[in-house]
Amino acid sequence: MDLHDPIKELDMMRKLLVTSLLAAGMLQGAALQAETVRWSRSSDAATLDPHSVNTGTNINISHQLYEPLVLRDIAGKLIPALATSWAMTSDPTVWEFKLRRGVKFHDGSLLTADDVVFSLERARAPSSGMKSLLASVVEVRKADPFTVHVKTKGPNLIFPDNLVNVFVVNAAWAKANKSEAPQDEKGKEENYFTRNENGTGPFQLVSREQDSRTVFKQFPGYWGRGEFPLQVTELVFVPIKSPATRVAALLSGEVDFLQDVPVPDVARLKEDKKLRVNQGPENRTIFLGLNVGPDPLKYSDVQGKNPLADPKVREAFNLAIDRDAIQKAVMRGLSEPTGIIAPPFVHGYEKAFDTYPKANAAQAKKLLAEAGYPNGFGITLHCPNDRYVNDEAICTALSSFLGRIGVKATVAARPIALHSAAINAADTDFYLFGWGVPTFDSAYVFDYLVHTRGKDGRGPTNATRYSNPALDAKIVGLSSESDKAKRDKAIHDIWATVQKERIYIPLHNQVLDYAMARKLDIPVDPMNYTFFKNVTVGNK
Amino acid sequence: MFAHLLRRLGQSVLVLLAVSLVSFMVFRHIGDPTISLLGEDASLEDRQALVSRLGFDQPVPVQYLHYVGNVLHGDFGISYRLKRPVTEVLAERLPATLELALVASLVAVLGGVALGVYTAIRRDGLLSRALMTVSLIGISLPTFLIGIGLIYLFAVELRWLPSFGRGDTVKIGGWTTGLLTASGWASLVLPVCTLALFKLTLIMRLVRAEMLETLRTDYVRFARARGLPERRIHYGHALRNTLIPVVTITGLQIGSLIAFAIVTETVFQWPGVGLLFISSIQAVDVPIIAAYLLLIAVLYVCINFVVDLVYLLVDPRLRRA
Repeated sequence: MDLHDPIKELDMMRKLLVTSLLAAGMLQGAALQAETVRWSRSSDAATLDPHSVNTGTNINISHQLYEPLVLRDIAGKLIPALATSWAMTSDPTVWEFKLRRGVKFHDGSLLTADDVVFSLERARAPSSGMKSLLASVVEVRKADPFTVHVKTKGPNLIFPDNLVNVFVVNAAWAKANKSEAPQDEKGKEENYFTRNENGTGPFQLVSREQDSRTVFKQFPGYWGRGEFPLQVTELVFVPIKSPATRVAALLSGEVDFLQDVPVPDVARLKEDKKLRVNQGPENRTIFLGLNVGPDPLKYSDVQGKNPLADPKVREAFNLAIDRDAIQKAVMRGLSEPTGIIAPPFVHGYEKAFDTYPKANAAQAKKLLAEAGYPNGFGITLHCPNDRYVNDEAICTALSSFLGRIGVKATVAARPIALHSAAINAADTDFYLFGWGVPTFDSAYVFDYLVHTRGKDGRGPTNATRYSNPALDAKIVGLSSESDKAKRDKAIHDIWATVQKERIYIPLHNQVLDYAMARKLDIPVDPMNYTFFKNVTVGNK
Repeated sequence: MFAHLLRRLGQSVLVLLAVSLVSFMVFRHIGDPTISLLGEDASLEDRQALVSRLGFDQPVPVQYLHYVGNVLHGDFGISYRLKRPVTEVLAERLPATLELALVASLVAVLGGVALGVYTAIRRDGLLSRALMTVSLIGISLPTFLIGIGLIYLFAVELRWLPSFGRGDTVKIGGWTTGLLTASGWASLVLPVCTLALFKLTLIMRLVRAEMLETLRTDYVRFARARGLPERRIHYGHALRNTLIPVVTITGLQIGSLIAFAIVTETVFQWPGVGLLFISSIQAVDVPIIAAYLLLIAVLYVCINFVVDLVYLLVDPRLRRA
């Protein structure tokens, strides 16, 4: 046999060539396989500056470009992000954060403790929208190039919980672009951060047209390569304000993922075979606030006294409301009725507190008569109409439930801009409100909704006029209690009082819907933040 | 004539001052910007600090004077929400709105005049009557319903046209235009139809009524008697005399196309000043709201001014007055 058979040789070479070409082609295919996800929400981020505005849309965008020290998984547990570990030092007022090594910013520079110190200070600046999260911080200092110490006013057991949305920026870059502090409304010039970024996040900015389109591409130098799926190579964010248009864009295939799905469309989208709808509980409870006195009501026909100051009247309201009917008729099943103003994943939540009575109009009427209002009374129910799911419709239903026991509740619906202003000024007697718990800890609820309004900077959104100095002391004590068991006991006691005195009437926890093309399967995050580094893209 | 123009100019300045005062007073009271700026969970101290930083704790007249002073210096301030200079933000958004309004006006005027003339000349024709019936729908349906209907048909069912956005744009100097790309034109079709439909039917009905009136006048009859061709009678004589009221209405309509593109821009996520205005109201972004209203007022004042000038051109009798 001739080893140099030219024909055979040619044939072998051809085979080799074909195989290698195939292999190369396949490899190339895998490397270049661009997975673009087009993502739509109802509104755009106001700015790309991660320390400027504390709103959900802004934070969600920032999570793609920037990263905090710690993150929360979908169950609410703290997980490492830029910090690999964190612990209280021997001094209980100092927390130590060990930084991840080898983390690159988008400009190629390496993350060090200096960047973290700079970022936390920037987030504490007077013009920052994040400073309330860091209110307990006294000092931030570098211990070594990869260790940061944060000193708090007292021992703060849950300090790391406040950091999940505090993003780390590049100190040198910020200084080079003269943007040491977040943009101030009084300033004349634009801040460099507003439209540019240099984060450590899984995605980097390609282009941005506000209210129109923001394009991100995967950052090749991301530290988490191999650790996260990172299957989305290009991300296009398209805000669409009109609900009908947003749904149309998903149906027509112009958008792959809708984060703000209009409730009336959920059923229809679920039926569509090309789509997938995921549902999950949101970290937000909807409830009623009552002016519990003692001053006379402003928005009521009862003169000279406050009927809501009587616990019997509050209990009558509680009994008159049919939460199950609201869930079925108003929310179309998309809510979880509740008896406590904190969702189940919040630390300090107890199943025992979550029980709510079956609606009982006869019993409620009896209680009203005992309180001295056999024929009921008139009161205005203040309600937002552009904030929570079906907010105005819930109020209309509440008004008819109260009507059954003789209480004439007039619904006054208004945009949230007006509604929150009234609540912050305590200019309402009876109102619908919603509250989420970003720290996943009951103290947050107490600080804002239970503590006496306006004392020690606490209670800004408590319009109930409830004031209990003993309870206030317990609430303040939570922020400096370093013994976990003692702290948990205090939380339990505070809840017991809140439930007993019926300061608020809880209605339900909101449920979120995400609608997407079949190839995606994005679970609902309780804080409504999507992390695209975790998203996998199937083939239909 | 010069005095007349000068008087109009004086009136215009008064109108602008009044608009700025009213918008300032009204929007200072629509809500609390500290909530959209600081979020719901800011402390009372932070809120108060912001309020005094923005000067909201001063009496409203003082705030207004301060505002007018700044505006006269060309400074509209920093948008509370976007943290960018208002003038810059408006300048960035204006091209989108102007292009939309311009194409919509062209469609409305050309289409309206053509169809108006046609339906007047063939007043009893089948097509003519069909057009009149369809125009009734155009006048009576609300804009957002037309928009959603078009989206449903052409984007969701047929998938011919995009349902939102402006498509690819090209930047020429400081002006971004969608008129130079295919996707830009495709994105224009539905919003333009939505925006132009009402105006088109309005102009069409107006032209038709005026034209029918003119065709009954003596000089048209004499022209016919003299044996002039129909074409010359229709376009040379009748149409020309029809156009005076049409110019007035069209001028004002173009102003309203820009001002009321708000609904269309919201439905189609058209990134113009109308969409910006709606977002700004929700965030109580007073500097943007006030500047936008002032911009619209300036626009109306200018258009009225131009309409006056066009009158002078079209009707020689006014020139002597």
